[in-house]
Amino acid sequence: MESRRVIETNELTKVYNGDVAVDHLSFAVSEGEIFGFLGPNGAGKTTTLLMLLGLTEPTSGSARVLGLDPTRDPIKVKATIGYLQENMGFYADLNAVQMLRFVAELNGLTGSEIDGRIEDALRNVGLAKESKKKIGAYSRGMRQRLGVAELLIKDSKVAFLDEPTLGLDPDATNRIMELIEGLGRDKKMTILLSSHMLHQVQKMCNRVGIMIKGQMVAQGPMDQLAKEKLGIGQEKYSLEEIYMKYFQEA
Amino acid sequence: MHGIKVISKKELADHFSSYRFVIIFALIAMISLITAYIVGLNIRQQLEGVAKPRFIFLMLFTAPGAMFSLVQFVAFFGPLVGLILGFDTINRERNEGTLSKLLSQPIYRDVVINAKFLAGVIMISIMLVSIVLVITGLGLLVMGIVPGMEEIWRIIFYLIISIIYISFWLGVAILFSILFRSTATSALASLAVWIFFSFFVSIGANIAANALAGDLPPDSPEAELQQVKIIRAFKLISPMELYTDSTATIIDPLRKSNRSIISVGPLENISMSRFSGPLPLSQSILIVIPHIISLVAITIICFAVSYTVFMRQEIRSL
Repeated sequence: MESRRVIETNELTKVYNGDVAVDHLSFAVSEGEIFGFLGPNGAGKTTTLLMLLGLTEPTSGSARVLGLDPTRDPIKVKATIGYLQENMGFYADLNAVQMLRFVAELNGLTGSEIDGRIEDALRNVGLAKESKKKIGAYSRGMRQRLGVAELLIKDSKVAFLDEPTLGLDPDATNRIMELIEGLGRDKKMTILLSSHMLHQVQKMCNRVGIMIKGQMVAQGPMDQLAKEKLGIGQEKYSLEEIYMKYFQEA
Repeated sequence: MHGIKVISKKELADHFSSYRFVIIFALIAMISLITAYIVGLNIRQQLEGVAKPRFIFLMLFTAPGAMFSLVQFVAFFGPLVGLILGFDTINRERNEGTLSKLLSQPIYRDVVINAKFLAGVIMISIMLVSIVLVITGLGLLVMGIVPGMEEIWRIIFYLIISIIYISFWLGVAILFSILFRSTATSALASLAVWIFFSFFVSIGANIAANALAGDLPPDSPEAELQQVKIIRAFKLISPMELYTDSTATIIDPLRKSNRSIISVGPLENISMSRFSGPLPLSQSILIVIPHIISLVAITIICFAVSYTVFMRQEIRSL
């Protein structure tokens, strides 16, 4: 399946006050893929995402999102990418409808179109009942689902999800993962998913990349990585084993 | 610019529902009303049995009430309104993590600052216009005098200058909210600047004038004139001074210059006293135009600094 490359980086590097956060990173994600973006905390995953969004300028190297350069064309890039940051960043004193309307209007949607989309999106993520509640009173899981609703409103082609399962209970984790799988399946979104829930990542991602200390130490389909690291003929492997192997080597 | 309307609409809603705005608005409205009432009563008493002088209505704004006149009050406490509206504009969003949500939407970064400034200016305008309207109404009731057309124009100009002045302080507060991570620090920094310009510039100007007096004989007219000139030059770096000078000229038609000492020859003196009537509005405006331009200029400088700092800031360190 040789399809269009949606995300592509070439020797992407970011240096913060002398510390190398992202070190000559090159990887690519194809259209419709769910790419598992793994790595320990502080490996440079968020920085990479910010550079792909055009929110941070790379020190050197280049990035392309849907063929656009995020540094040159940040507005077009941000219009196509839905970004769920780690801490969600919702206004606590707005309710779900107000928040989604705000995002929709910032994305240039107008009038009656908005109401329908908001209603659909909230029903989709199971927040229709709580839509008039202030976001400040939401649980972590609800906020994450609201984040998914935001992606639906924006109708993004590409979604960057930065640790959407952080601090969630098992049930909430499953719900959010199902929703994300649905985005890939039904909306044909290309998804860059950063998560520590290796078990879930293994279930839903087509390919994974493991990033350690700013470098991508491995990327590819999981069985290929398993073959490389755990030996040929491994029928049953877990992503956790692969991940730990790489982590210990680095 | 796409996005400005959306963000400023949200900001306005936030301002209107915030307690801090309600409190400061109530405080200012109360003080203005009391002052206007006292002044109005005083004027009415003094006017009894006397022919009504021209421009008496504007006295409502310039005559001291309990402690200060309304114009002085706005000059002194107006900045606080701007500072309170703006001191946590950017750093609050940064601390709550909402800034990167905002910036990951398809809008330019400067739109965020512009929209927030615009919302603040709208708030300031609503506040000042409503207070002046209420005072005017109260003045009508208490004094029983209807303002003339020119007086109304003067009040409108006074309003415009006041809005620019308070907006300048809003700009200062927004700048500090970009420079400092913590809202407490930015609040303190903006207060410090306010106190510096309100108290220390005039003291500093006097000290500088004494130091720079040179070898002119003390108490001579030349020495005095030079001293006044130096003090004036120093005071003009203070936005507060720019504001009081310009509004005093606008609101008081009998003021023909914003200089405190004018050196005139005997002939000029005679001709001056012949034309002791009030200045037409257009001439008053001509006198204060440089002041207004300076006020706008320092606001723009403030903005330029805000833009450059904000554009260079790394989003990562949110």
